[in-house]
Order: sequence, then structure tokens, then C-alpha cells
Amino acid sequence: MPSPHRRPAVLWTVTAIALLALVVASLAIGAVSLAPADVVRALLGRGEDVAITIVRGLRLPRVVLAMLVGCALGSSGAALQGALRNALAEPYLLGVSGGAAVGAVIAVTLGIASTAVMPLLAFGGAIAAVLVVLALAGAVGGSRDPRTLLMAGVIIGAFANAIILVLFADAPPERVRSALWWMAGSVADASWSSVLWLLAYVIVGVMLLLTRGRLLDVLALGDESAAALGADVGRATRQIFLISALLAAASVAAAGLVGFVGLVVPNIARAFGVVKHRPLIITSAVGGATLVVLSDLLARTVRAPLELPLGAITALIGVPVFLARLRRVR
Amino acid sequence: MMSKMALHFDQVTLAYARGATPVVRDASILAAAGAITAIVGPNGSGKSSLVRGMLGLMPESRGRILAGDVDLLRLGAREMSRTVAVMPQRESLTFPMRVRDYVALGRSPFLGMWDALSSNDIALIAGAMQRADIAMFAERRTDELSGGEWQRVRLARTLAQDTSILVFDEPTTFLDIAHEMAAFETLSRESNAGRTVVLVSHTLALVARFADQIVIMHNGTVAAAGAPRDVMQAATLEAVYGWPLVVSHDPAVGSPTLVPLRRPG
Repeated sequence: MPSPHRRPAVLWTVTAIALLALVVASLAIGAVSLAPADVVRALLGRGEDVAITIVRGLRLPRVVLAMLVGCALGSSGAALQGALRNALAEPYLLGVSGGAAVGAVIAVTLGIASTAVMPLLAFGGAIAAVLVVLALAGAVGGSRDPRTLLMAGVIIGAFANAIILVLFADAPPERVRSALWWMAGSVADASWSSVLWLLAYVIVGVMLLLTRGRLLDVLALGDESAAALGADVGRATRQIFLISALLAAASVAAAGLVGFVGLVVPNIARAFGVVKHRPLIITSAVGGATLVVLSDLLARTVRAPLELPLGAITALIGVPVFLARLRRVR
Repeated sequence: MMSKMALHFDQVTLAYARGATPVVRDASILAAAGAITAIVGPNGSGKSSLVRGMLGLMPESRGRILAGDVDLLRLGAREMSRTVAVMPQRESLTFPMRVRDYVALGRSPFLGMWDALSSNDIALIAGAMQRADIAMFAERRTDELSGGEWQRVRLARTLAQDTSILVFDEPTTFLDIAHEMAAFETLSRESNAGRTVVLVSHTLALVARFADQIVIMHNGTVAAAGAPRDVMQAATLEAVYGWPLVVSHDPAVGSPTLVPLRRPG
């Protein structure tokens, strides 16, 4: 098949320009709209005090958090799909979302859902679920076979959903609504502390994945070929699984469940011809940031002052783009 | 520089689960350096399990698999991949890639953290592609290849590893006559260059012409081993394959060749 439209350079240029434009737009557009020139001045600490407060204090942390959530989910999805040799693998499929949701729902139903406690319980739930998935996969057949990891993830996810429904059964409706709202994802509560916290995870996590770029290329060949090329398949798969899960869990703790980013973005990047995992992880991180920033901009402007759920918007944008891409590749 | 090294399966027992019935029992095979050793036998006789065992992928393995005097079962995967190159029987790519990039993965056991290919790596990749006769589709994608082309691309990746020991599990499946012969000639040149070549195969007639030693596996054990003329005996092969056959000598090239008979009734 000829490959005129599989040009990574085109994808990178378009994504970089789009991300920059979307960041400026996100800083400019809102209840108080600012001209791009005023946005730049406010960023530099010049101009009116109100503009500086709005841009630096409110909109900047929000857009940076959106970028970080996208980076975490995009890179995590790219690595997981490679390690598990499955284009449908994504961080949420592996128990991360289910475990985080159980943690958050426990916080909400117990009435302790403060902005400090909720992320902690969500993070704890996600990590607990991931460890159970790893243990389960190890018990039934070893983590060398990616299918056991996927299956364990799906099973734990379903189990978590069941727990959530049971917890909802006798929770007051307004608490159920607040838990559901959290599950739909949002970066509205962004603060510099949550930004810095997630930034640390993203830097460390993405770096760790990048050092395993070639290992991922080799793992994608299957266990025999990967072993023949020097990979300790079981250990490598577990490590990458754990790093990816940590990235996803950190993003969930900061912004709730923002779906489809980890699934859709790496597949779009691959369709553009980005195949090696090191560039794929970087492309997916930047692409994920672009998708989440765009989605958040739409979520808070389309029906302003009402905010739409971020996780729903990422899916509404990501899925059609994914399907269009899929059709052109076939 | 490549050093000569024999591959020695020393009383190897392998099983797919701890405590399960072994699929390979007390198998001892000595593959000499500078020679082609062919492992043949019916389906399920343990040939491919030997390859998996060497890769450290069998949950239970006993005995030793020596490369020179180093036990591969005690070696890390990366160390092993610098000594032995293995072309597994099956491999399908989840994510297609450019042929050249795929062959370059053969150098990965030797690369540092950031994957920089040296001029030596690049020369080895180009040489491997030439020997496997795939240079003309180096820029194509792996999902645009025919079954035979894909086999040759995998052969090239294995050769690119440039190791003392080469192991191929049914490397000529899907190949047409010309490419099958070319592949055997390639393996022959590799062994003449001093490498140890081990080959799992079903094409007994060609194996009898090219191999220096034939090892017949049956029910997980070594049923016979030796020079093709000594091992290719009708009685042995009939018992192992469970099918009536005669061994004749090819009138054109003089090597033993096996003719399976029709079963009466």
C-alpha cells in the first residue's frame, strides 16, 4: 500500500502548532475574554492585575494540568499497547480506572470527599487494583503472556464496577451525583500543587518509559523473538505495566477519569507511521496533551457557564478522529 | 570478532509447567562449530520445545545447554542473545514496521541505552539483508510482504545478530523452491564461515543434502543422531513417523531421500 499520508513529520508539525494555539486560546477564552497579546503580557507579569490573576492564577494551572493529564495517559497507552502487544490495550482497561473509582466512591459515600482526601483514595485504589491484577496474572500463568494481564485487568475492572454499584445502593443521591461527576473527569479544580505533583510523576514516568523504548520495540515481536533479542520478557512486561499504571493512576488522582486518550492517541500516531516506541511515546504524550487541552476548552466554553464532563468530550472528539484514521489506513 | 563455539544440549529435560510431564526428556545433542546440525522429527516430538528451552521460556528446565563452556540456562537473556541468534518458528507483528527497521532490531542486543547504530551495525544490517535477498524491499512495510518474503526478512534479522551460534526453527516454511535452496545455501555459507548452525526442519530431503548431522527427535527423546547416510534408515524413520516409507538415493545428487508410501486400503 502506498504511504503518502503516513508522514510523521506532518503529524508532529500539526500537533505542535495545534497545541500551542490551543494553549493560548485556553488562556484567552473564558468568562473574561482576553486578546492573545494581553495573554502574553499577563504571562510575563505585565498589564492589568485582573488579567494577571486570571491568566496566571486560574487558567494557566488548569491548562497545564490538562496537558499533563494528556501526556500521562497518551504515553501510558503507547507503552501498554506495545508491552501487551494489543492495540486495544489502554491504561483504564487494566484495573486503574476501576480501582481509582472505587477509592473515590468510598471517599464520596463516607462523606470525606475533600479535595485533599479524594485524590489520595483514588490513587490508592488504582495502585491496589494494579497490584491485584499483577498478582492474579502471576498466579494463573505468569505476566509473560500479555493475555493473562489483559484478562486480569478486565476482570478486576468488572469487580470494581460491582463494588461501586453496591456502594451507590444506599448512598444519598447528591453524593452519587458528585461521585459520578468525578468519574467523568475534570481539570476545573486545578491548583499549582496538583500540577507540580503530577508533573513529577509525568517527568519520571515518561523518562522511565523512554529508557525502555527499544525494549518495547522488541517486546512487540512476541515472547520468543523478544527473548531471542535479549529481553527478559516477564520482567520487562511487569515493569512497563507498573510504570504505565502509575502514570495513569497519578492522572486519575489529579483529574478523575478522562477516557479514551490512552487508547485513541497512540493508535492515531501509529496510523501516521510513528512505529518505534521511543518516538511513539513522545508523540502520544504531546498528542494526548493536545486532545485534553482541546477537550477542556470545549468542555468549559460550549455551554458556558455550564461545564461539560471532560472525559465525555475527549471520547466525543477522539473516537471520530480514530475511526476516520482507521478507515484511511484500511 | 566471532569466535567458534559448539552448542551442546546436555541431558536436557523440559516441561510446560512445574511437575508436568516433560515434553523433552534427557535429550543430549552436540552441534559442532562450523557444521549444520538438523533436528527433525514428527509434530510434537519436542523440536521447538528445545528452542523455547534455550530461550529460557520453559517453566521447567533441567540439564545444561552449553554454548562453548557457558550454560545458557544460567545466562541473562541479553548475554545469551549476544552469543546465540534464534529465529523462532512463528512470529506475527502486532504493529507493522519498515523492513529495514525490523532487521535492525537484530542489533539490539549490542546497542547502548540510546540505540545509536555504529557503522559496524549498519554494515551488518546491510550484509544480512543482502544474504537473505531482501535488499530490494528494505523500505516496504512488514504487513505488505508475502509469507515467503516475511520468512526471508526474519532470516535477515537473525543473521544481523552476527553471533557464533545460529538457530532456525523451520526457516524455509512458505518459501518457493528457489528461495528455499537459497536459504539452505546461506546457512551452508554461515557454517563454512565457522558458525554453529542448528536447524529444525521438516524438509528431510534437503536436510539430508545440506546437514552434516541429523538428529531425529521422537516423543521428547533423541531417537537417532549422526551423519545423514547413517541416520536416514527406513526402519528408524518408519518407527518415528509411524508411516510406511522407503529411503532411496536421489539419482541426481546421490543423497538419501525419503519416499512415503500410500497406505493400502
